[in-house]
Amino acid sequence: MLNRKEIIETIDMVEKEHFDVRTITMGISLIPCIRDDAEKTAQLCYDRICKKAENIVKVAEDLGAEYGIPIINKRVSITPASLLTSSFMGKEVVLAKALDKAAKTVGVDFLGGYSALVHKGLTSYEKSFIESIPEALAVTDRMCSSVNVGSSKAGINMDAVRLMGDIIKQTADRTKDRDGFGCAKLVVFCNAVEDNPFMAGAFHGVGEGETVINVGVSGPGVVHHALKSIKDASVDDVAEVIKKTAFKITRAGQLIAKEASKRLNAEFGIVDLSLAPTPVMGDSVAHILEEIGLESVGAHGTTAALAMLNDAVKKGGVMASSNVGGLSGAFIPVSEDIGMINAAESGAITLNKLEAMTCVCSVGLDMIAIPGDTPASTISGMIADEAAIGMINNKTTAVRVIPVPGKGVGERVEFGGLLGSAPIMEVNPYGCDKFISRGGRMPAPIHSNKN
Amino acid sequence: MRAIVTVIGKDKPGIISRVSAALADNNVNIEDISQTIVQGNFTMIMLCDLSNSKLNLIELKNVLIELGEKIGVSIHVQHEDIFNAMHKI
Repeated sequence: MLNRKEIIETIDMVEKEHFDVRTITMGISLIPCIRDDAEKTAQLCYDRICKKAENIVKVAEDLGAEYGIPIINKRVSITPASLLTSSFMGKEVVLAKALDKAAKTVGVDFLGGYSALVHKGLTSYEKSFIESIPEALAVTDRMCSSVNVGSSKAGINMDAVRLMGDIIKQTADRTKDRDGFGCAKLVVFCNAVEDNPFMAGAFHGVGEGETVINVGVSGPGVVHHALKSIKDASVDDVAEVIKKTAFKITRAGQLIAKEASKRLNAEFGIVDLSLAPTPVMGDSVAHILEEIGLESVGAHGTTAALAMLNDAVKKGGVMASSNVGGLSGAFIPVSEDIGMINAAESGAITLNKLEAMTCVCSVGLDMIAIPGDTPASTISGMIADEAAIGMINNKTTAVRVIPVPGKGVGERVEFGGLLGSAPIMEVNPYGCDKFISRGGRMPAPIHSNKN
Repeated sequence: MRAIVTVIGKDKPGIISRVSAALADNNVNIEDISQTIVQGNFTMIMLCDLSNSKLNLIELKNVLIELGEKIGVSIHVQHEDIFNAMHKI
C-alpha cells in the first residue's frame, strides 16, 4: 500500500498549498476552415471548435474530481488566425466574433490564437490582421491575441515592433472604460512557442497535429512550502528541493494530460510546468524568492535566485514528463502575484529590475501597468529590448503591458480575478522615437547560424 | 479500479464503522486499511476496490463527502493512480 506520508502530502498540497492543474488547453487546427469569404470561414471555424472541444469542460471537471486535483481553466488554442483571414482583409473581426462565440458555447475560459507570426516579414494580410486587433479585443470577451515579432533564427522585425507599440496604445484606448483591459489579452513575443497552454499567448502552431491536449501545471505554493522546511540549507540543497517538488507536480500533470487526451480523442502534446502565480496569498512566485532569502523581491540577488528557481523547475519537470514544452519555468507577472504587487507598491521592484529578471525567467515583462500617456514608441522600445533578450539568449520573451488610459504613476488598476491588480509603474521618461522610426529588420545573431 | 479514501478529523466513536458501512452498502471492497490518532486527530487511509461498486468514483465521492459532513470529518476519495504518479517512479 501507499505510504501514509505521501498520501497526506498530496492532500495537503491541494488543500493548503494551492496545488492545481492550471489549465487543460486543446489546440485545434483550423486550416481546413479557410474559405475566401469572412462569414463562411467564421461559421466553419465556429462549428469545428464547438465539435472538437464539445466535451472539454466536462472531461476536465470529471478528471479533477476523480484525481482530487482541481483543474482551474479549460481553454482552446487555434491556428494563428492571420493565416485564416488572408482572403478577406478588413473583415477579420467577423472571425474574432465567431471565435469568441465558440469559446462561450463550449464553456472555456479563454480562446487563444488571434495571432500573427511576423518575425521575419509582414505581409499585407498580416498587417491588415494586426490592425484589426484593437477592435477584435474590444468587441470580444474571451479571445486572446499574440504577435511574434522576432526569433533567434530570423532576427527582429522592427517594422512589426513599431506597429505593435501603436496597436497596444489603440487597444488600451478601445477598452478605456475598463482601464485598458484589452491589453491584458495581448502579448508580443520573441521566439513564441507553438504548444504553450497558457494565456494570453497560446496558439496552435502550424507544425502541430490536428487536435492536441497541452496541460499547464502550477504550484508556487507547493514549492514555497517545501522550502520552509529547509531554512538554513545551502543553495544547492534549495535547488534540489525545488527540483524534487517540480518533479512530483509535473507527474500529476502528465497523468491528467494523458487521460484527458484519451477521453477527448486528441493527441497528447506537452506538459508545461510553469510556476504561475495568482493574486491569492500563498500562491506567489515572489514569496518563493523571498523564502530563499531576499528581504523583498527586487532586491539585489533577485535575478540570481530566479535563475536558480527557473532552472530547477525545468530540470524537475523534464524528468517527470515524456514531453515537456510550452514555456516551462517561473512566471513573473506583476498584477497576478501578491508578492510582486507589494514590491511594486513599496518601490522595491522597478521596471528595470523586471527587465533583468526576464533574462533568466521563462517569459518576459508580464501584466505591468504603465502610465496611459506613455508614447507608443516607448512601448515599442520595451518590446525591442525584450525581443533582443530573447533573440540573443535563445529563449522566449514577451511583453504584456497595459498603458492605463487617464492614469499615472501612484495610481492603481484593478482587473479582477486571476488578472489581479497593480500599481502603475514608472517608465523611463527619455524617448527612443528615432530608433523605433527607423524600422527594418534587426539581423539574427551570429550564433544562430548553426546549420 | 482502486481508489484511496482518506478520512481526517477529530476522533470520536463510530467513524470507521460509519465509513465502512457506506462502502459496504455500495459494494466497495476495502483491501487495506490503516489508521492513527495523533493528538486527538484521527487519520484513516483505506485502499478500496471499486470494480464491483454500484457507484462510479465521482458518485461514491459525493456520497462519502456528504457522510463526512454529517459525522464531522473530512473525507477525500481519489483514484489511486494520482499517488502512484506523484510518489512512485
